[in-house]
Amino acid sequence: MTDTTYAVAKWRIRKPSVIPGFGLTLGFSLAYLSLIILIPISGLVWRTASMGWGEFFAIATDERTLRALYVSFGTAFVAGLVNVVFGVLVAWILVRYNFRGRRLIDSVVDLPFALPTAVAGIALAALYAPNGWVGSLVAPLGLKIAFTPLGIIVALIFIGLPFVVRTVQPVMEEIDSEVEEAAATLGANRFQTIRRVLLPGLMPAILTGFALAFARGVGEYGSVIFIAGNIPYVSEIAPLLIVIRLEEFHYEGATAIASIMLVISFAMLFIINLIQAWSRRRFGHA
Amino acid sequence: MHDNARSPAASARKPETFRDAASETPFVRHLLIFAALAYLAFFLLLPLVSIFVEAFRRGAGAYFDALIEPDALAAIRLTLLVAAIAVPLNLVFGVAAAWAIAKFEFKGKAFLITLIDLPFSISPVISGLVYVLLFGSQSVLGPLLKSHGIEILFAVPGIVLATVFVTFPFVARELIPLMQDQGTGDEEAALSLGASGWQTFWRVTLPNIKWGLLYGVLLCNARAMGEFGAVSVVSGHIRGLTNTMPLHVEILYNEYNFVAAFAVATLLALLALVTLVLKAVLERRFGAEIAASRKH
Repeated sequence: MTDTTYAVAKWRIRKPSVIPGFGLTLGFSLAYLSLIILIPISGLVWRTASMGWGEFFAIATDERTLRALYVSFGTAFVAGLVNVVFGVLVAWILVRYNFRGRRLIDSVVDLPFALPTAVAGIALAALYAPNGWVGSLVAPLGLKIAFTPLGIIVALIFIGLPFVVRTVQPVMEEIDSEVEEAAATLGANRFQTIRRVLLPGLMPAILTGFALAFARGVGEYGSVIFIAGNIPYVSEIAPLLIVIRLEEFHYEGATAIASIMLVISFAMLFIINLIQAWSRRRFGHA
Repeated sequence: MHDNARSPAASARKPETFRDAASETPFVRHLLIFAALAYLAFFLLLPLVSIFVEAFRRGAGAYFDALIEPDALAAIRLTLLVAAIAVPLNLVFGVAAAWAIAKFEFKGKAFLITLIDLPFSISPVISGLVYVLLFGSQSVLGPLLKSHGIEILFAVPGIVLATVFVTFPFVARELIPLMQDQGTGDEEAALSLGASGWQTFWRVTLPNIKWGLLYGVLLCNARAMGEFGAVSVVSGHIRGLTNTMPLHVEILYNEYNFVAAFAVATLLALLALVTLVLKAVLERRFGAEIAASRKH
């Protein structure tokens, strides 16, 4: 252990420090990270690479795969947009207004993080089914929510709800009221102040929150499969198609779809990092 | 109609807790609060309430019968066992990673933090799939281990691995910003006074991070006990053997045994509520000591 620490220090990978344990903690972290995360994921990458371009392309452009990806990304996008509007609203009332039960509401926002997805799934399915509380209300209007893509959107709204609130809230708390007062003294009305002064500063946080909710929504499984109805080509999400391919022992199919989703999620992660770096440069916070 | 409420005269008559030019009229304020609360009630509260209503639809007897049924008890035991293995593993990793990242400056640190966050951006189903590819019957490793009598997939080790994967970042990402904020001054002081490395960790660092650590463990545990997608892929759904509570809920639901499904679901919902309460308590009482971790 001392050898590696010395070698690391000599190679100037880290700055010298009197604190011990660099080799031990970094070594353990990297070993654990490799065993649990990196090796299994590279297994997936290797498996995809050994598949051959033709086979991969055939699976990737298969009608059912494309529809499943479209359903996953489309519903996650719509749910993300809904959560942007209401997430900003919820963050706003939590930061700006004082009302009874504010702290309770603040804690309750995290419920989707804490509630197991399968539990959320069966609860939403029961609520929005044609004989459920909400489902029976909208049924006379000819509206069907459960077992349609609309049901998937409802589940993803639930799952994504805390993301925008929790990314926007801390940034909103740091807004200096002087900028708003300045805007007001310069003759801006409240709406103009919010739109031209406050929103631009909140935009990076809103985009980050949207991206996080979107990424979560694309991969979400537990809360969706109960309410979706899982009709191929219509309300079948990509993660479910992976499970179906696995159950058919069609490992190549499952692997190819997973790789496509992974590439897109990494791209999302990259974009989130860019947004945060950009916002740090421009606004001094992420 | 409430336009003049913004004028100084109006606010002088009606004292307000909030500043004037930089706030909305009371009418707009109430409207916004109402809209936000309605949204939360509809999308958060209603599903939560419905779990308990559905579970008690046939009375308390049916509810408790569903909980003491052998398969349900086996699922509860397995869930506790998996969390009891996965959470300490990720706790040790979280502390080690946070120590390396927060107390030292080295190249590739930002990249390492990104890698630690990786499981959050991967679909749970894919988290399970990677282990199926690694240990399945079509892999190199699977048949080899099987010939030595080691079962990973469709057995408890696979469930533990998948759970460790999805809960991997929780403790680390709470501790890293917290320990970065705290710097290295305390540790350097302890070391200069003659404490050993381990003494410094146990007596100086650990007391500094204990509430942040607890916070991370709390969130890690909630996810570990509630994980569905990843575990569902690797478990094989063998009743009484490899079914965790969320998987048991799914099976019961798919068998149209709704009361039993929701009965088991109430236990998980209670876990979520307890988690939220403890989380709120930690944030309120020790906010400063976990504050760094709330800025995500």
